[in-house]
Amino acid sequence: MLEGLMIGLSTAFSFQNLLMVIGGCLIGTFIGMLPGLGPMSIIAIMIPIAVTIGDPSAALILLAGVYYGAIFGGSTSSILINAPGVASTVATSFDGYPLARQGKAGKALTVAAISSFCGGTIGAILLMIFAPMLASVALLFHSAEYFALMVVGLSAIAAFAGTGQVGKAVMMTVLGLIMATVGEGALFNLPRFTMGIMDLQSGFGFITLAMAMFALPEAIFLVLDPARSKAADGGEQSDIKDMRITGAEARQIAPVIGRQSIQGFLIGVLPGAGATIASFLGYAVERNIASKADQAEFGKGSLKGLAAPEAANNAACTGSFVPLLTLGIPGSGTTAILLGALIALNVSPGPRLMIDNPQIFWSVIVSMYLGNLILLILNLPLIPYIAKILAVPRTFLIPFILFFTLMGAYIGQNNATELLILVGLGVCATILRFADYPLAPLLIGFILGRMLEDNFSRSMQLYDGVGFITARPMTMGLLLLAVFLVILPSYRARRARLRAAGVADGD
Amino acid sequence: MALDRWIALVFLIICLAYGYAAFFTLDATLPPFMKRNPVWPSTFPKVLAVLGILTSLYVLLGFEKSGEEKAPDIDYRRLWDYNLGQAVLLLSLMVLYALMLRPAGFLISTSVFLIAGSLVLGERRIILTVIVALIATGFVWYLVEGVLGIFLRPLPYFMGT
Repeated sequence: MLEGLMIGLSTAFSFQNLLMVIGGCLIGTFIGMLPGLGPMSIIAIMIPIAVTIGDPSAALILLAGVYYGAIFGGSTSSILINAPGVASTVATSFDGYPLARQGKAGKALTVAAISSFCGGTIGAILLMIFAPMLASVALLFHSAEYFALMVVGLSAIAAFAGTGQVGKAVMMTVLGLIMATVGEGALFNLPRFTMGIMDLQSGFGFITLAMAMFALPEAIFLVLDPARSKAADGGEQSDIKDMRITGAEARQIAPVIGRQSIQGFLIGVLPGAGATIASFLGYAVERNIASKADQAEFGKGSLKGLAAPEAANNAACTGSFVPLLTLGIPGSGTTAILLGALIALNVSPGPRLMIDNPQIFWSVIVSMYLGNLILLILNLPLIPYIAKILAVPRTFLIPFILFFTLMGAYIGQNNATELLILVGLGVCATILRFADYPLAPLLIGFILGRMLEDNFSRSMQLYDGVGFITARPMTMGLLLLAVFLVILPSYRARRARLRAAGVADGD
Repeated sequence: MALDRWIALVFLIICLAYGYAAFFTLDATLPPFMKRNPVWPSTFPKVLAVLGILTSLYVLLGFEKSGEEKAPDIDYRRLWDYNLGQAVLLLSLMVLYALMLRPAGFLISTSVFLIAGSLVLGERRIILTVIVALIATGFVWYLVEGVLGIFLRPLPYFMGT
């Protein structure tokens, strides 16, 4: 491990890569503060740039920096003006904004910065220790197990995506899989389901789909409802000079940060959970185990309530790199986009990554330490200036968001028809969001679809039929787990409902 | 019927069409030697079509009671109360941009898109809008063409490449 660390250190500390991580953090922080542009959209925007760099470790370092920066940028705007730019920082605003309103903005931002730093660093250490272990387990996997594992990943994503609406999430996953079969597959030289449209010959563009699913609907929502970004007026100048944290406060939040860093990391490792769920769970768990007096503070400006989601969400971001780097399975929409970027760079993530390209693997881990440190250094002094960007009037902000989605799709495919597809899919995605359909499963299904089919076909060919399911115990076990994951939430919801109904009858 | 079930119905129709293509038309072009394979190009789509039909029926027929009613981001039943006109105008602008990008060149279409977008959203400081749009267009063009090396036709088609 030490040897690997040295490789990583020497790669990450090259001048170019240092520049990448600083640049990535800066870009991520600044754009992440803008409402409507989460890490997913920002990384999607940055992919053409990253791919042009050519060097996979540099590109991945840049994207990882952007990822951290974006998560951090989102917390800044949640705390200062109660406008979470990213879903995973919504929980941050529960207690961060009340603190800012009490004139403790400086303290709130400092707590957030330190919690994120600790979460990210602890996550990176855990990643360093456990990822090689997971990778060695992963080497036992054959294409049949990969197929089963992807099914587990997809079903976990579907089950986590929406509480009480598993059916919808599964539907979206299937839709994503169906969209992935459009165009020429890798194993068969045969265009499928193109409906005679030449531009669909190579399938849907992945950046186009990412933009259409996330950036565009959010922009349309911002247009439809100006109140969504009303908080971006600048607001009264808070006294954010006082950034001191007393010893008592530090003792209060230290165990919270420790617990939530570990919990967040573990949730991040699970495919389908990700930073948003980690931050909400972290907040919920800390509120439940707090003493009665502390519990009353939650929601009114509790430092614990601020530290918990911040530590958890940064640790989860790091955790989601474990399945991505070792198994090639993205744990969240963002890492799904990163996976797409990796494939575009001719790197296939998976168990072989650590053996074939150790410098990529280790330089990413080292760049995580660096990214966290640089974020801390950048954010503390820059906070008062950073907040000014949020005051960009929406009349300028929204056309620019739309323009960047268009540019992202155009640069990705170099094809003007792609822009029409983007608008069409974007409108569809907006309608799906109206009806409360989760969109992340669709994108993850789309990205995993090709690999799922390839592994499925390969194992079918090896075993001359579906015999591989019963012939390999691990495949069988994983598939059963997948079925269990899909059924469990609806079973529990049904039982809870029946119990509630029973109580009502008894009254 | 609520919007989510209408969507499930549309998805069901898509799956039926997809399944029809997978089961009946896709294998027609398959060369005979490929038919000896245990897996055909249509195998996976067939599985997906069946899965899709089952899940869409599950949602369509309302087997799953949605959990507690949470406040939606945007209530589509009151869509007319929102700035629907602005949203539709902006989307049309995007379509226009897609159609004009090649013939009119990047510089003109982008500045027009950014200026018109701001005006649609109610910006009235026209000079500021024009200046911002022109600077942004020039900057992005420099970034894409100069730094990234991706060719974008800068000028209209009749003014050279």
